[in-house]
Amino acid sequence: MTAERGWRSHPLLQLTLVRYREFYREPEAIFWVFIFPVLLTAGLGIAFRSRAPDRTPIALVAHREQAALAERLASDSALKVRLLTDSSAAQALRAGEVALVVVTTDSGVEYRYDPERPDAREARLRADEAVQRTAGRSDPVPAHERTVREAGSRYVDFVVPGLLGMNLMGSGIWGIGFAIVDARRKHLLKRLVATPMSRTQYLASFVLSRLTFLVLEVALLLGFAALVFGVPVRGSPGTLAGVCLLSALAFASLGLLLAARPRTVEGVSGLMNLVMLPMWIFSGVFFSSSRFPDAVQPLIKALPLTAVNDALRATMLRGAGLNQVLPELAVIVAWLVLSFAVAVRLFRWR
Amino acid sequence: MPDPAPPLFIRQLRKSYADVVAVDGLDLTVHAGECFGLLGPNGAGKTTTIEICEGLTVPDSGEVVILGRRWGRDDRTLRELLGISLQETQFSEKLTVAETVQLFRSFYRRGPDPATVIELVQLTEKASSRVGQLSGGQRQRLALACALVGDPELLFLDEPTTGLDPQSRRQLWELIEGFRAGGRAILLTTHYMEEAERLCDRVAIIDHGRVIAEGTPRELIASLGAEHVLEFAVADGATLDASALAGVAGVGPIGRDDGTWRVQVSELHQAMPALLGELRRQGAQLSELRTHSATLEDVFVSLTGRQLRDG
Repeated sequence: MTAERGWRSHPLLQLTLVRYREFYREPEAIFWVFIFPVLLTAGLGIAFRSRAPDRTPIALVAHREQAALAERLASDSALKVRLLTDSSAAQALRAGEVALVVVTTDSGVEYRYDPERPDAREARLRADEAVQRTAGRSDPVPAHERTVREAGSRYVDFVVPGLLGMNLMGSGIWGIGFAIVDARRKHLLKRLVATPMSRTQYLASFVLSRLTFLVLEVALLLGFAALVFGVPVRGSPGTLAGVCLLSALAFASLGLLLAARPRTVEGVSGLMNLVMLPMWIFSGVFFSSSRFPDAVQPLIKALPLTAVNDALRATMLRGAGLNQVLPELAVIVAWLVLSFAVAVRLFRWR
Repeated sequence: MPDPAPPLFIRQLRKSYADVVAVDGLDLTVHAGECFGLLGPNGAGKTTTIEICEGLTVPDSGEVVILGRRWGRDDRTLRELLGISLQETQFSEKLTVAETVQLFRSFYRRGPDPATVIELVQLTEKASSRVGQLSGGQRQRLALACALVGDPELLFLDEPTTGLDPQSRRQLWELIEGFRAGGRAILLTTHYMEEAERLCDRVAIIDHGRVIAEGTPRELIASLGAEHVLEFAVADGATLDASALAGVAGVGPIGRDDGTWRVQVSELHQAMPALLGELRRQGAQLSELRTHSATLEDVFVSLTGRQLRDG
């Protein structure tokens, strides 16, 4: 009757297998954890892709034949010139169809534009350049231009580490919080602690399964970003792996803390949103957290997701080594240790 | 190697929650090889008592000795020795029956292998079905499998058949009888009298956190001093002279519950005609009349004046 205990019947393995089974038998979970971040990257990468700057439309009102000026204006790659009469040019300016109206007069040239519009100011400078050159001005200092466009400075390069951080937070907090509160609600947690099961192994099974999914999540998102958008990973893979690992553990601890007491899924959802929503906004996922006032910067820097995003960006975009992201890692480890310690104290097994 | 300690010994157990005394000085002993029933309405303190025995709730005071061991000292050993089925456990719906049993098996040092237990509870055909697809009776049998998977010395079953259809209930009774036949002790709670009468060697009737009667089902029923119960109602709820009814030969205690009169009688064939005669003399028109053999339900009613299912 008594079965031999092989490695396959080790409780930690069985508990971890349960985590996998519950996950992959839930198609929605797979979508949110793996597919959604990739779709979001694709969407943002396409929406904010780099492209040639638009030409600014301007109007030229010529009272005399001005073929040379018109030609020189048209040859400026940043301007798009329309020849209009005085009244229709005024109308076009009012309607915002043109940013600038250039009017040639007997005594010279008049520029009509709204100085609040940056494109109008630039168009004025460029138009004036064309006017003066047509009149014979030459540059005393010869200048050469060399344009630089490099992977790592585009929006998609900025946003991919942010999305990775957000994903690590989301799957850590949702994945652990929901499963635990659901087990408590169904009295399954109570049933499990009535067996000789080790409580440590129960919690460890969540950590183990999170770490496996972590590898897949990171590989899928970064692989997609690298192949499709050429997003670089300049730091060493080891440093990146270390940052991801600590981040995932910190968010897993936070998920454990949030799930420590609630008895209903609604209760824990509210708590999770309360914790995650501010971080989506303040922690520099979609735009830099430096846009917020200096006074709140210390608070923002203390948020776990800010530290994770900063560390990921430093590693991926600037090629920082482990010792260059130590302040961020310190914040992450502090969250990990504190959340875990408080979670274990508060945890309700019934 | 006879173990002198009874499987379960409870003395002066007390447990209060913020606004209610759940267990109020409860004494109980379950002997080896015995199936013991805790009987009582909802809220009587059955579940609190059984959860204290399971080590899930800490009592305010009192003594609980299980197989010679105590909670707080021998927890790990006790968890290995006990089989437990809680009220309303929902196992993970996405796991199969076999996976669930295998998970629970992995927690115990010894015990039968999962397939054996699944066969024992007659779920072999459903072994690879998801828990979410099981019927209520199949889920209860799965709960029983998870309770048996550690080869327990003592089995705690908290309302094992509540909410099941009669056929599933009988099937579960057979399984529990099978376990009892193996010589291990069982403590079960129920508010179904027929369940207690069929499964239990002894029962304790519990009300307001105390044992108000204890014995074999047969002893308890015999303690009524009446083998039959006669229930009747009169048309228009006409008032009856209860003392005249009580004076009828062979009539025991009389009770009244929502217009239904309940009379305990020992010799039905003599008491019934006499009682009907008395009713006719009082000019009462019968609108209902039935009799049944006395049950544990009647014991409860006679002890508390309430019906079990009133809660």
